[in-house]
Amino acid sequence: MSLLSSGTLYRGKVGMWSWVLHRITGVAMFFFLLVHVLDTALVRVSPAAYDVVIASYKTPIIGLAELGLVAAVLYHGLNGLRITLIDFWSKGAKYQNQMFWVVMAVTVALFVGFAPGHIINVFS
Amino acid sequence: MSIVIETPNSPRTRSQANLEKYGWVFMRISGPFLIVLIFVHLISNLVVPDGGIKAIDFAFVAGKWAAPFWQWWDLAMLWLALIHGTNGMRTVVNDYTEKEGVRKTLVFSLWGVCSALILLGTLVIFTFDPCPAGAAAELLPSFCPAVQ
Repeated sequence: MSLLSSGTLYRGKVGMWSWVLHRITGVAMFFFLLVHVLDTALVRVSPAAYDVVIASYKTPIIGLAELGLVAAVLYHGLNGLRITLIDFWSKGAKYQNQMFWVVMAVTVALFVGFAPGHIINVFS
Repeated sequence: MSIVIETPNSPRTRSQANLEKYGWVFMRISGPFLIVLIFVHLISNLVVPDGGIKAIDFAFVAGKWAAPFWQWWDLAMLWLALIHGTNGMRTVVNDYTEKEGVRKTLVFSLWGVCSALILLGTLVIFTFDPCPAGAAAELLPSFCPAVQ
């Protein structure tokens, strides 16, 4: 490839990295979902069994991992809307770059709104 | 290496509806629903209750599922999230597997796990007893009749 090349339209840019993040967050949430359905199913076993397992969600390490999970949910959901707009909105492809930064801004804003309260709950 | 494209000028003919297209449409329809379902799920479980995650226990879940509203809410979330997630994982598997046998086995396993968890979750939501006999009273929601 020529050194004068300014790169490709896609590779290494917002289009690629938004896709990588969408995929990583999606896979992570899928595996959490499998665990979460199983732990919730314990309410059908006994109150004590459910309470023992749900206590692990209140530990500092898992409590912090929940922050990552919430961040993943926020990004994946909002970027999913961006993908849908790229597909269905006539100007979607034109504004995909700007929409990515809107997605990041809203993700960060909602995360910053959520995180302090959750951290206080986990560590108190 | 040259790629041979057979009859490049003839349109694709389909004898049946394109399943791949329905999957694509499903992701875009279920997505916005999942945003509302999961955002409200997170707010009502982690933000609204005093103590957030620390407040979640059997009594909390039982209190929610005593209302049909939350049963149906969680049922919709269960079905849509699992189908959306499994279809997403299917896309990932299709992208990264080289051998057809491996791909088919993984995709088959994904839908097997998906069906099993949908069945399990649906049964749990609708056969759930908020005041099971024999359980310690302090673990139960306050509306359960006191057991002597």
